[in-house]
Amino acid sequence: MEKLINDFSVGLFFWQTLLFLVLVFFLRKFAWKPILEAVEGREEGIKNALDAADKAKADMEVLNADNERILAEAKAERDSLLKEAREMKENIITEAKEKASLEADKVMASAKEQINNEKQKAVTELKNHVASLSIEIAEKVLKSELKDADKQKELVGAALKEAELN
Amino acid sequence: MRVKSTLLTFVFTVLLSTASWAEHHDANHDTHADPEKDIKAEIKEFIAHHLQDTHDFHLTKGVSFPLPVILWDNGFQVFSSSKFHHGETVAEHNGNFYKLYHGKVYKTDAEGTITYDDYHHAVNEKPLDFSITKNVSFILIVSVLMMWMFSRMAKSYKTNPIPTGIGRFLEPIIVYVRDDIARPNIGEKHYKRYMSFLLTVFFFVWIINLLGLTPLGVNVTNNIAVTFSLAIMTYLITTFTGNKHYWKHIFWMPGVPTPMKVILAPIELLGTIIKPFSLMIRLYANITAGHVVLMSIIGLMFIFKSWIGSPLSFGLAFALALLELLVAALQAYIFTMLSALYFGSAVEEHHDH
Repeated sequence: MEKLINDFSVGLFFWQTLLFLVLVFFLRKFAWKPILEAVEGREEGIKNALDAADKAKADMEVLNADNERILAEAKAERDSLLKEAREMKENIITEAKEKASLEADKVMASAKEQINNEKQKAVTELKNHVASLSIEIAEKVLKSELKDADKQKELVGAALKEAELN
Repeated sequence: MRVKSTLLTFVFTVLLSTASWAEHHDANHDTHADPEKDIKAEIKEFIAHHLQDTHDFHLTKGVSFPLPVILWDNGFQVFSSSKFHHGETVAEHNGNFYKLYHGKVYKTDAEGTITYDDYHHAVNEKPLDFSITKNVSFILIVSVLMMWMFSRMAKSYKTNPIPTGIGRFLEPIIVYVRDDIARPNIGEKHYKRYMSFLLTVFFFVWIINLLGLTPLGVNVTNNIAVTFSLAIMTYLITTFTGNKHYWKHIFWMPGVPTPMKVILAPIELLGTIIKPFSLMIRLYANITAGHVVLMSIIGLMFIFKSWIGSPLSFGLAFALALLELLVAALQAYIFTMLSALYFGSAVEEHHDH
C-alpha cells in the first residue's frame, strides 16, 4: 500500500485524466454519435423493411383469401344457377305432363259422356223402334190370328225373322 | 486469418522480448562476481524497472528517445530528459539541479546528493512532475490512434450504411457494448447518456492493454494513477447522475427499521467509494501481475542452467502471453461492465418494494 501511494504519479494522473477527457469528448462528437446513429438508423431500416415485408405478406394472404372466396362464390352461384335451371326444367316437364294428362282425362270424359249420350239415344231409339215394331207385329199377329191359326203362326215367325233382320 | 496473425504477433512478441533481454543480460554478465545471485537480483530489478514509468522512451538497448520533462518548481521548468542521461547525471535547468532516483525526479545540488531517511527513502524535495513520460506519450499515441480509427470509421457511414474495413471488426464490438453491457445494466431509458464514456473506456483499456503486450513493453494500466483516473471518472459520473432514489437508498434505506437505516447509511456511503476503488485495484493488479509473471517466466531462462530452460521458459511464456491476451480484453470488459452496473444503480427507477 505504501509502495502504491509512493508510486502514485500526480503527473501521470493529470495527463491521463486530461487526455482521457479530451478523448471522450472528441470521440463523442466525431465517432460514437455518428456511429451509433448510423447503426441505429440501419437497424431501424431493417426493422421497417421486415415489417413492410410482413405486411405485404399479410396483404397477399388477404388478397389470396379474397380471390379464393370470390372463386368459391362464383362456383356456388354457377351451381345454384344450374340447379335452378334443372329444377325449372323438371317443373315445366311435370307441369306439362300433368296438364296433358288432365286434358286427356277431360277429352276421355267428354268422349265417354258423348258415347253414353249416343248410346242412350240409340237405346231410346231402339226401344222406340222395338216398341213400334212390337206394336206392328202385334197388329199383324192380331190381324192374322183373326183369320187362321196356322197363318197366325207363320206370321209371327215371319215377323220375328223380319225383326231379326232389323 | 485474424486469429492467425494475432498468434504470430505474439510469438514474435515473446521471441523479441526474450532476445532483447538476453542481449541485455549478456552484456552485464561478466562484470559480476557471483553470477547466480546477481542474475536473480538482476531479473528482479529488471522486472521492477519494466513496471516503472520512465522519462525516456526506451526501445531496446542503446535505442531510446528523450521525452520532455515538465516540472512545477516555482514555475514550469521544461527541458529534455536527455539531460538526465538515463538517470546517470544531474540535470541542470535554470540554475536548479534535478536527479532521477528510482524513476522519480528529485531536487538536488550540483553533485547530485540524495539524502535518505532511516528506511532508505529519499527525503530530497520532489517537484511536481508533469513530464511527458513514456506512459503519457503512450496514452497520447493511443488517444490519437483511437481518434483517427473511430472518426474514420464514423465517416465511412456517411457514404455507405454498411461498415467497411476496420469498421467490420469494430462495429460488432460497439454494438456488443451497447446491447450487452449498457442496455441491460443501465436500462433502455438512460443508457444513451453513458455510451460515450463506456465505449471510450472499453476501447482505451483494451487497446492499451494489448499494446502493453507488444515488445514495446509499455504497460500503462499497471500504473495506479491511470486506473485511479479511470475509476474516479466512474465514481464522479455515478455520483453526479444519481437520481433521488439512489441517494435515498444510500442515506435512508427504505424498507428497514429506523435504527438499521442509521447503521446502513455510512456503510452504503462507503460502498459508493469502495466500488470504484475495486475497479481501480482490479485493473491495476491484473495487468501488473500478468506482466510480473510473464517476465519472471522469461527470466527462468537464465536461472535454469541447462538446455531445458529455454524451451520451458518459451513454452510457458507463450501460453501465458495468450492468457494475457485474454486478460487484456477481459479487464476492459469487466471495467466497462461494472461501470455500467454502477451507472445503472444510479439511475434505476425504483418502484415500491
